[in-house]
Amino acid sequence: MSADIAVIDYGMGNLRSVAKAIEHVAPSAGVVVTSDPAVISCAGRVVFPGQGAAPDCMREIDARGLRQVIVDAARTKPFLGICMGMQVLFEHSEEGDTACLGILPGTVQRFPHEAMHDAGGDKLKVPHMGWNNVHQAMSHPLWAGIEEGARFYFVHSYFVQPASPDVIAGFSHYPFPFTCAVATGNIFAVQFHPEKSQNDGLTLLGNFVTWNPGAAESACDMSRAACA
Amino acid sequence: MLAKRIIPCLDVTNGRVVKGVNFVELKDAGDPVEIARRYNEAGADELTFLDITASSDNRDLILHIIEAVASEVFIPLTVGGGVRTVADIQRLLNAGADKVSINTSAVTNPQLVKDAADRYGSQCIVVAIDAKRVGDHWEVFTHGGRTATGLDAIEWAKKMESLGAGELLLTSMDRDGTKSGFDLELTRAISEAVDIPIIASGGVGNLQHLVDGVKEGRADAVLAASIFHFGEYGVGEAKKYMKQHGIEVRL
Repeated sequence: MSADIAVIDYGMGNLRSVAKAIEHVAPSAGVVVTSDPAVISCAGRVVFPGQGAAPDCMREIDARGLRQVIVDAARTKPFLGICMGMQVLFEHSEEGDTACLGILPGTVQRFPHEAMHDAGGDKLKVPHMGWNNVHQAMSHPLWAGIEEGARFYFVHSYFVQPASPDVIAGFSHYPFPFTCAVATGNIFAVQFHPEKSQNDGLTLLGNFVTWNPGAAESACDMSRAACA
Repeated sequence: MLAKRIIPCLDVTNGRVVKGVNFVELKDAGDPVEIARRYNEAGADELTFLDITASSDNRDLILHIIEAVASEVFIPLTVGGGVRTVADIQRLLNAGADKVSINTSAVTNPQLVKDAADRYGSQCIVVAIDAKRVGDHWEVFTHGGRTATGLDAIEWAKKMESLGAGELLLTSMDRDGTKSGFDLELTRAISEAVDIPIIASGGVGNLQHLVDGVKEGRADAVLAASIFHFGEYGVGEAKKYMKQHGIEVRL
């Protein structure tokens, strides 16, 4: 039997809270935390979380033989990237000068030390840790029921710079505007942690569980048929 | 804009919250799950559990607590107390902790901080520093403030940052339990010495102390126990007060 939702486990951080939060909003959905490529390729939806450093993430993805199945899932089925799982979708990360998956055009950069001051001249800390306002740059089914400017929980030192502004779904300020959500086709990815962002985070995860990205869904159904 | 965080701290021993928590109509004042749920509803930005269990026989009880809380409270959870090895950290993270706080073991074995940060990422490694004023500087103490280390607190904070700590939980042992406010000079000195976030702790007696910790002490987050537990002030009330005083908070 194929899982409704696969949470990709590649040894990078606490995935239990991601799975628990999804189970909380979708008690009847089958959620599996897995590093098995077959289970991931047969799942209806895929969540790609991750914490830690980019070089370790890419190494662990390849060590587990997960690169191709992640690329395929991002192409064919509802796909949610979280934190490091958003960053490595891009082409390159400044963190450890790391080549990433290249599913989305763009790069990942560190908060530049010289820019980390607020309007009053006070130092801003890195990692960017805590609750920040998320501004919605496009209307999207995953934002349903979430107020513009709602606060989500962040903890990161690097941020994505998409090559195309068309994919920017949300941004925050620290102190300059940076992209914290991207969306294209069946991919939605966020820098913040919806699984740790209380009610608004749970709303976003609930939206993902019921999201039907249209054309991509039929491709997903086809791949599931092959799994049956 | 990034909000300053308010973090209630719960002391846990043998699977129960101690020091009493005085919420209205709380059925069981020692039930960690119910207390965590109440703080979550009240708007706490994170929760910290400090395991003060003396007997090693009962240390696994904290894991059950974290599992239970993490299944229904979806804000960041930090656990500290008795963390000695990478395996201890692994168990806490697997149980659902988002961050682990290392105190005495960071002094006895600094390599633990580096090993843990390398393996799990700096974002989940908090180093707790208990500091006491000695002459013209602050010294690091361990074992709940009983053991002097000879380490200068500011130099120690920088070293912990360089080894990979993602955040520092700074407690003034001079102020802890006094209700006379944070040691603002200490908090500010450490906050200015490092680039990682600082959680101020020790001495909170009223809401103005929280404001002072952020404004004067330059803390990124404030941790308090008794003012919230005994119902003197609510977390929501504290946030409103901070906002009235020009501090960005999550309401």
